[in-house]
Amino acid sequence: MSVSEIPTPKPATGETVHKTIVFDHVSISFDQKVVLDDISFELNRGETKMLLGVLGSGKSTILKMAIGLVSPDRGDIYLLGHHVNAMKEEELFDLRRDVGMVFQESALFDSLTVRENVAYRLIEENVPPDEIERRVREALRFVELEHTIDQFPSELSGGMRRRVAIARAIISHPEVLLYDSPTAGLDPVTSTTIIELLVKQRDVYHTSALMVTHRLPDTFLMASHYFNEKDNRMEEIPPGSPIQAPSSFLLLRDGKIAFDGPLHDFVNSRDEYIREYIS
Amino acid sequence: MELRSPSDIVIEYVSAVQDYTLLAGQAVANLFRRPRYLNETLMQADSIGVGSLGVVIMTGFSIGAVLALQSSNTLQRFGSLSLTGQLVSLSMVRELGPILSGLMVSGRNSSGMASELGSMKVTEQIDAMRALGTDPVKKLVTPRLVSSTFMLLILTIINDLVGLGGGWMVAHFALGLDSNQYWSTAWQSLVFADVFMGLTKPLLFGFIIGSVGCFYGLAAKGGTQGVGRATTQAVVAASVLIVVVDFFYTKLLMIFMQLH
Repeated sequence: MSVSEIPTPKPATGETVHKTIVFDHVSISFDQKVVLDDISFELNRGETKMLLGVLGSGKSTILKMAIGLVSPDRGDIYLLGHHVNAMKEEELFDLRRDVGMVFQESALFDSLTVRENVAYRLIEENVPPDEIERRVREALRFVELEHTIDQFPSELSGGMRRRVAIARAIISHPEVLLYDSPTAGLDPVTSTTIIELLVKQRDVYHTSALMVTHRLPDTFLMASHYFNEKDNRMEEIPPGSPIQAPSSFLLLRDGKIAFDGPLHDFVNSRDEYIREYIS
Repeated sequence: MELRSPSDIVIEYVSAVQDYTLLAGQAVANLFRRPRYLNETLMQADSIGVGSLGVVIMTGFSIGAVLALQSSNTLQRFGSLSLTGQLVSLSMVRELGPILSGLMVSGRNSSGMASELGSMKVTEQIDAMRALGTDPVKKLVTPRLVSSTFMLLILTIINDLVGLGGGWMVAHFALGLDSNQYWSTAWQSLVFADVFMGLTKPLLFGFIIGSVGCFYGLAAKGGTQGVGRATTQAVVAASVLIVVVDFFYTKLLMIFMQLH
């Protein structure tokens, strides 16, 4: 996008400032192929929205656009009340410090140890070494990988790398978390461990999150379970219980939003495409 | 293979030049912005400078020696064998020192930079860095640019000296020239303009090596195959650019400094 095409910053209205992420009529094309066409949605504070869709439907692009790694062709994106696509890269670096992102292949820095990877953001912010050590251990304890602190990413399994990436994303206690297929390619047991961590992050720290996934069972698990802090484990929400799992579903189809709403509406939808997708 | 229109190819080249210029400009501008990554710069200086020392010494010595050997026949024919020191000195300082060091370091380091940054690009580590609030140009490109520029200057000085040493070995032991004569003609033939040319060229070449290597690395796409392609392109582009810039810069200095 050339400088002249950068939209003028729009003041955050009451509506956008109280939402974590707002996509307002956003479109993007790659190599003249329309990937997302005029999509609009909102992510409420404390909510986890699960992005579903077939391969190449633009789910990961939504995550990248949300923090300004990719610019949309049209439309406006707000993150924590900031008009992302009107900001310069230099300004975005500051805003991104309030966001944690877990990439599909973990994207750990392979020349750094687990400690250095998790501490990366704190080192950049010149946090004192003692404080860094304490917070790195705390984050690694959260993902139950404290014993890997001196290892290199290449020495870890896929699931462990994914958990280190989660530790790296949460170490600065961000307001928003973006997960790009955090359970892709993992066995069911490891997937459940990862989902439990995401549920814990949602219910204990009330972090807002966008999660891209292909695995429907994981999304149902997230929407039907809560984290029991007392027993330190994930449990199913009993029928009729007042406990809520603040989760919603967003399904993409041919560049448009086919569904955006809660679990109940999603599983009971009469839409033929949604029924086919669920089955 | 898909056929592409000439206009698409031209647009692609023009936009690549534009992206390269922006990246190089941004990397230079970062010198005046915080944070400055001194540790990264020193690590790169060690990798580029100390790491390339062996190859630069070996090529410098061989070229200095072979220069004395090859020229001896012609010089002897005109009874000017005593000018061997002058010939080796002028050739090494003005031309061979900078260009040889440039090409050697280009082969070793622009490829290294392209493959390292290229691997980071295709495994989303560059995006992760941006997502973590770090400017990859500031953290990765500027330290490499600064290190390659200054370390090539030092390597070129070493290359010149070792080249003169190689020339002396041949002149003294094979051609029977007096050592004092060799070193005094070598030293006295050099004027300010020669040294200026010999010491400013490596700055330009070092900048080319760092910026081209990083540019191709950051532009890599398409998995490991893309990284391999970026590495090859970086070496070819940096080497060709060094030779072309060398010609024009030499011509420019000859005009402005009235060198012959």
